[in-house]
Amino acid sequence: MENERDIGSMLGDLKDPGAYQTPLEISGRDPGLLVDLLRTMMLSRMVEEHLADQRREGTIGGPVHLGIGQEAIAAGVSQFLRSSDRVFGAHRSHYHALALGTDFKALFAEILGKETGLSKGMGGSMHLWDEPRGFYGSVPIVGGTVPLAVGAALAAKLQASDAISVSYLGDGACEEGVVHESLNLARVLDAPTVFVVENNLFSSHMHISLRQPSDSTARFAVAHEIPFEVVDGNDVLAVADAAGRLIEQARSGGGPGFLEAVTYRWLGHVDWRADIDVGVARSESDLKQWRLRDPIARLRAALEAVGQWSLEEDKELERELSESIEAAWSQAMDDPWPSDEALLKHVYSSEGGA
Amino acid sequence: MPHMKEYDYGSAIRAGFDYLLSEYPEVFVMGQGLWSPWYVGNSMTDLDKIYGTDRVIDTPVSELACTGAGVGASLAGMRPVVVHPRIDFMLYALDAIVNQAAKWSHMFGGQAHPGVTVRGIINRGGEQGAQHSQALHSWFAHIPGLRVVMPATVADARDLLIASVLCDDPVVFIDDRWLYDLKGELPAPQELDLRTQGPVVVEEGVDITLVASGYSTQLAREASEVLLEEGISCEVLDLRVIAPLDPAMVIQSVAKTGRLVAIDGGWRTCGLASEILAQVAEHVPPSLLKANCVRVTLPDAPAPTSRALERLYYSSIDDVVAAARSCVGNA
Repeated sequence: MENERDIGSMLGDLKDPGAYQTPLEISGRDPGLLVDLLRTMMLSRMVEEHLADQRREGTIGGPVHLGIGQEAIAAGVSQFLRSSDRVFGAHRSHYHALALGTDFKALFAEILGKETGLSKGMGGSMHLWDEPRGFYGSVPIVGGTVPLAVGAALAAKLQASDAISVSYLGDGACEEGVVHESLNLARVLDAPTVFVVENNLFSSHMHISLRQPSDSTARFAVAHEIPFEVVDGNDVLAVADAAGRLIEQARSGGGPGFLEAVTYRWLGHVDWRADIDVGVARSESDLKQWRLRDPIARLRAALEAVGQWSLEEDKELERELSESIEAAWSQAMDDPWPSDEALLKHVYSSEGGA
Repeated sequence: MPHMKEYDYGSAIRAGFDYLLSEYPEVFVMGQGLWSPWYVGNSMTDLDKIYGTDRVIDTPVSELACTGAGVGASLAGMRPVVVHPRIDFMLYALDAIVNQAAKWSHMFGGQAHPGVTVRGIINRGGEQGAQHSQALHSWFAHIPGLRVVMPATVADARDLLIASVLCDDPVVFIDDRWLYDLKGELPAPQELDLRTQGPVVVEEGVDITLVASGYSTQLAREASEVLLEEGISCEVLDLRVIAPLDPAMVIQSVAKTGRLVAIDGGWRTCGLASEILAQVAEHVPPSLLKANCVRVTLPDAPAPTSRALERLYYSSIDDVVAAARSCVGNA
């Protein structure tokens, strides 16, 4: 069985595993902001590593789709978001919420099915809600939230608000018809939606070359006359710069935008293994190279090179995060389960569920 | 007492939209054909001209994205109505209705309020055939989290629409083109709480209970007039809201009459009429039943086009009369 096909390439070296492994170019950037980005990405990484461990040990009963290796995208995009914005995710969305400042204890509790969770223990890993931070929901139906994001953006327009929507989706979702309907609708209605395609080259076990005739999903933005940018998704600054432009355009009445961020997921489609999808295996050497294109290591190395970050500071941050993750986890483990009534009382939100 | 203007069912729906759009800035309407004079009968005429094309949006041919957009807009505080001029085409929107709207309250612990109203119109007959004819309300009634509303009267056409749109839950509002010419008086609009709305007795009787919704209620009422002339007194129940279904009135009525005919414009198997029979089987003591309960439904076949077969396919007043007669004859 072929693992990849020769297809038209628009991405060029953006999808080359061996490229872009050097430290980021940070001259002229605000060091405080860079350290914040580093912290956001490290928190995401460590939270998800913890989840991988707990899933492996069986403490977590349900599937977790982890985004380790892809942290730069949400970190970069979220820099420009406000709590009044409306962010929609998908099956792999822990880090989309975490980058907005979501309390990871509430995320843990949700994944454990506890009443104190983000979704009151009714959603688990794949159904996350944090409206106070602008996170309007993630669901695992591929492409399911994409039209919802357009509708929330249309609502912002009708409400004469300068809020925008962000729709996180993957390269696989671009094969769903609803995504094309949604791009068209957003354009026709000028709904301020920024579509962020995390192109990690794989949908579950299938390489993009086995699913599409070209490797770049930005061609769908072209088809719908939506301004787009294609960036190295493992470069948090490239993501942030492009996202900043597209978000500003949407916020100021310019309609939708499309950001394609090329990245790679270090783990398999679901849970902790790197190679869980055995149908069409991915290359071990590719994975090895992509791990060297680590978005965190590239920013850290750049900061260290100019004396804005040190090994000691790194260790200290890691220790601090690790401690708070452990504390949050053990609190979440002790938290109560939903009451038996929860099974029926949330069917209709009008019945006073929350 | 001021004279009440007589309305038809289609213009009563329009009156509901008119009320909602004028009273509630968060209401907007989107769907195919809303700027066209014929797509949706007389039920939306000129609303775009009165309220603007920003709030009455004719859309691309994208049922799923438009319905999903309605769900998303409702999460963000609007009260959208997504109109599907024909329920057959609305099947493209099932993900937005079944996986998203119906689930978001439960999946997010009651914190999300997907209060979108999805209006699907049953539009059948006239040799339109299998993909222009379906009545799929039972499907939607099967899905926890949706409220499914089927107005059978002129006043309900307006007031249940208003109630649906003002409800914080997702509602599938199903009206029927065969009812559009139904005439009736229309008192001042009411803001009903949809959560308190359910079946009503539209004709009182003692010999047999006829249970129906939407257009079937009209069939039941007309059949009851014929049957009354034969000395059979029918109690006619209009379900109005088929999900969540409150079966109390059906149970009470059948316990009294001892006989049931359930009439439904959908298919027979696993349909609304089946649910009515099941409720009676579960809750009415067999000792009170004087005859086997009966269903009048479509046969389990797609709609034909040929008028010869169409006559056979759709239930008529005569079918309801015959079913009731056989129940009473069995006594």
